[in-house]
Amino acid sequence: MQSFEPVVLEQRAEGPWSGLFRAVTSGPIAIASLILLAIVLIAVAAPIIATTDPLLIHPTERLRPGSLQHWFGTDALGRDVYARVVYGARTSLIVGTFAAAASIAFGLVIGVIAGYFRMADLIIMRVMDGVMAIPSIVLAVALVAISGASLTTVLVAIAVPEIPRVVRLVRGVILNLRGEPYVEAAISLGTPAPLLLIRHMIPNTMAPLIVQSSFVLASAILTEAALSFLGVGLPPEIPSWGNIMSEGRKYFQLYPGLIFIPGAFLAVTVLSVNLIGDALRDVLDPKMAKRL
Amino acid sequence: MNHNPVLKIKDLSVRLSDGARSRNVVEGVSLDVNAGETVCIVGESGSGKSVTSLAIIGLLPKNVLTPSGTVLLDGEDVLKAGNSRLRQLRGTRMAMVFQEPMTALNPVEPVGKQIEEVLQVHSQWSRTDKRQKVIDMMKSVHLPTPDEIYDAYPHQLSGGQRQRILICMALILKPALLIADEPTTALDVTTQKQILSLVKELQQTLNTAVIFITHDFGVVAEIADRIVVMNKGAVVETGTREEILSRPKQAYTRMLVSSVPSLTPKDESRKLGEPILSVTGLSRVYRELKLFRAGRSVSAVKDAEFTLRKGEIVGIVGESGSGKSTLARCISRLIEPTTGKIDLGGHDIAGLSRRELRPFRRRIQIVFQDPYRSLNARLRVGDSIVEGLLNFGIKRPEARRKATELIRLVGMEPDVLGRYPHQFSGGQRQRICIARALALDPDVLVADEAVSALDVSVQSQVLALMQSIRDRRNIGIVFITHDLRVAAQICDTIIVMQNGVIVEAAAAGQVLLHPSHEYTRTLLSAAPGRGWDFQKFRPI
Repeated sequence: MQSFEPVVLEQRAEGPWSGLFRAVTSGPIAIASLILLAIVLIAVAAPIIATTDPLLIHPTERLRPGSLQHWFGTDALGRDVYARVVYGARTSLIVGTFAAAASIAFGLVIGVIAGYFRMADLIIMRVMDGVMAIPSIVLAVALVAISGASLTTVLVAIAVPEIPRVVRLVRGVILNLRGEPYVEAAISLGTPAPLLLIRHMIPNTMAPLIVQSSFVLASAILTEAALSFLGVGLPPEIPSWGNIMSEGRKYFQLYPGLIFIPGAFLAVTVLSVNLIGDALRDVLDPKMAKRL
Repeated sequence: MNHNPVLKIKDLSVRLSDGARSRNVVEGVSLDVNAGETVCIVGESGSGKSVTSLAIIGLLPKNVLTPSGTVLLDGEDVLKAGNSRLRQLRGTRMAMVFQEPMTALNPVEPVGKQIEEVLQVHSQWSRTDKRQKVIDMMKSVHLPTPDEIYDAYPHQLSGGQRQRILICMALILKPALLIADEPTTALDVTTQKQILSLVKELQQTLNTAVIFITHDFGVVAEIADRIVVMNKGAVVETGTREEILSRPKQAYTRMLVSSVPSLTPKDESRKLGEPILSVTGLSRVYRELKLFRAGRSVSAVKDAEFTLRKGEIVGIVGESGSGKSTLARCISRLIEPTTGKIDLGGHDIAGLSRRELRPFRRRIQIVFQDPYRSLNARLRVGDSIVEGLLNFGIKRPEARRKATELIRLVGMEPDVLGRYPHQFSGGQRQRICIARALALDPDVLVADEAVSALDVSVQSQVLALMQSIRDRRNIGIVFITHDLRVAAQICDTIIVMQNGVIVEAAAAGQVLLHPSHEYTRTLLSAAPGRGWDFQKFRPI
C-alpha cells in the first residue's frame, strides 16, 4: 500500500516488540510464560504425548488409580484421564483463543463505528448495555437449549458477552483520538474516512487491545470450563477440563484426582495468562500500571 | 533593605539520575531574596527554573532528582531538613502557588475547608476562629462574598477565583517566602492583571519575599524588583529590573528580551489582493447529543462576519471562551457552522457535505497550537507531509519531490523527511506542520494559536516564517491568538471577539492604538509589560 510504510513507533529507546518480549521473559513472569508455553506445547503435541485415545472406553478398567499404564488413572467409563487432560488442554486453548479472537474482532469493528460515527454511537452503546446485562451462563443455557451443545454454540456463548467490554475500550480510544490535532489535520488534508481510521486511529487501539485480549482469553477458558462443568457446555465425549471435572464430581470422595488434576491444569493456565496480561499492561499502558 | 535575606541559595545543583546516566539539570545556582522583594526567575522551557523552585520547597521527586549545595531559609538549611521539619516549614515559613489552579485543588471538598486544613495542621484555634480567619483571608484576596465561596467547590469558581483561593492557602500563615510557579500562565490577560496586582499588594502588607517563576517578560516587567535569567540549568545573569531590561550584559539575555514582540503595530500598509474568503452571518451552536430529547445548547459564535484578502493576515483575538477557536474550526470546516455562509473563492462551503467538501479541503488548511499532538507519532515526517498530496491523486515521486521543496521552504533539511516526530523540538515540529499545511497549495491558512506553545525566541522565528510564506505564496492567513503582542507583530487586520461576538474589527494599527470598543481597551490595558519597549530596551 505504501512505499515508505508506517512503522509502529513508541517514544522510548527500544522498539515496542522488544519491550513486550522483555516484559514476558524477565523476572517471575518468565515462569508464567514458561508454563503457558508448556501448556501450548502439550495442546499442540497432544496426539504424540497422549499414551492412548482419550475417547477409548474400557468397561473393565473403570475408576482405576494412577498406574504406569494410566498415569492419572481412569474415569467412570474406563477412559484414560491423562489422555483426556492432555486433549483437554487443546480444547481449552482452542475455545479460549477463538472466543477471544472473535470478541476482539467484532468489538474492534463495532467500537470503531461507535467511536467515529456519533449517531451510530447512541444506538450501539445502548445495545451494548443490553448485552452486558445478560449473564453468560444464562445465555449459554439458552443457546444450548435452542441449538444443542456444540463447539460453535459454546464459542458464541463465551464470545458475545465479552464484546461490549472491547467495544467500550475501542470506542473510548477512538473518541479521544477524534479531537487530536493530528487527526483533525488529516481530515483537513482530505484523508478519506477509511484511511483516516486505518492509518491514524486504529493503530492506537492495539496496545490496550493486546492487554484486553489476555484477560478475555483467561475468562473464556474459565467460562468454557464452568459451562462444561454445569453440563451446558461441550458435548460430554469431547475431552475438556470442565467435562472431566463434571464427570468426576460423583466420585469426588473416592477419586479426588478426577477433579484435582484437571482443576490444577485449569488454575495454573488461567493464572499464567492473567500474570502475563498484567505484565503486558505494565509495558503497554504505563499510566494504568502506576494507578495500581 | 536589611542585609539578612529571607532566602539565601548558594551553589544549588540538582542531579537527575535516570538509570545509569546522570546529569545536572540545575548547576551552581546562587541567589538571595530579601523580605518584601520580588525576584523573577525567567527562562525558556528546560531552563531549570521550576526544578530550582521545587528544590527550595523540598518537593523534588526522591531518588530521581537530588539537590546539593545550601538553601538557607532564615538561616536554616532546607536541603538538610527532614520530612517532618519540611512539613512544618511549608505553610509557616514558605509556601507555593502553582500554575494550574484546578488541579492544585481537591475537586470534592469545599475550598474554604481546604484553606482551613492549612490551619489545622499548624495551630490550635477553635473552629469558629479558624473559619473567621479563612474568611478574613478571602476578603484580603478580594474574593466577593467570602461566606458563599467558603462552601463552593473548585469547579464552581472561575480560574481567577481558584488562583485567589490558592494564594489564600499559601499566605494564610504569613510565610516569609512565597514561591509562585507560573501562577498566571493559565489565566486570561485581564485576570492575570488582577492576580499580579493582588500578589504585589499582599506582598507589601505582609512583607513577604516572593520568587516568581515565569517565561513571560511582560509579567516580569510588571512585578519584578530583581531578575534572574536562567538557561540550561544555570544562571545567565542577575540584576535589577532596569539592569536586565535596559542594559542586559549577556548575549542570551539580549536575545531573550528583544524576542518579546512589541505591542506597537508595524507601520506598514501593504497592498492586499482580492478577497479569497468571506464569512457572513456565521453562527455555531453546540448541542448535547441525546437519544430521545433535545440536549442543552450553547452558542459559541454569533453572527460572525469578516473578509480575508490574498496576502493578508487577519488576527482573531480574544480570551478563552470568546469563540475564536470555534470560528477557526468552522472556517476550516472541521465542524459545521449552524448558520451562515463561508464564501471561499466564490463557493459557499458552509453547508457542504463531507463528499462535496472534499475538493475544497485543499484550498484551506490549518495549523494547531500543540506541536506535540499535531503530528502522528507513528508516521515519518515525510509520510505526514505527502499525505494530502496522495489524497488528491498526486503520484508518490512527485509528492516526495514537493515534500523536499516544502521542508526547505520552512527552513529544514530534506533528511528530516525520513525521521519520526519525537526527534524534533516543538518549534521544529511546528515548522513541519506548516510544511504539511502548505503541501496542497492552499489559498487560506488558519493558524489556531500556532505559536502559543512555543518559547519567545522560537516564537519569533515561526512568526517570521509565516510572514515570509505569506509574502512568497501570497496566501491569506487567519491567525487566532490570545496574545495581543503576537497579533501586533504579524496581523494586518485585527478582529476582537468576546463571548462569541465580534466586538471590533479594523486595521491592526487602528485597533491597537485607537481602540473603539470598551473591551478592546480593557484587553490592551491588561497586556503585561505594556510600559516597556523590549526591542529598544527602554520604557515607553
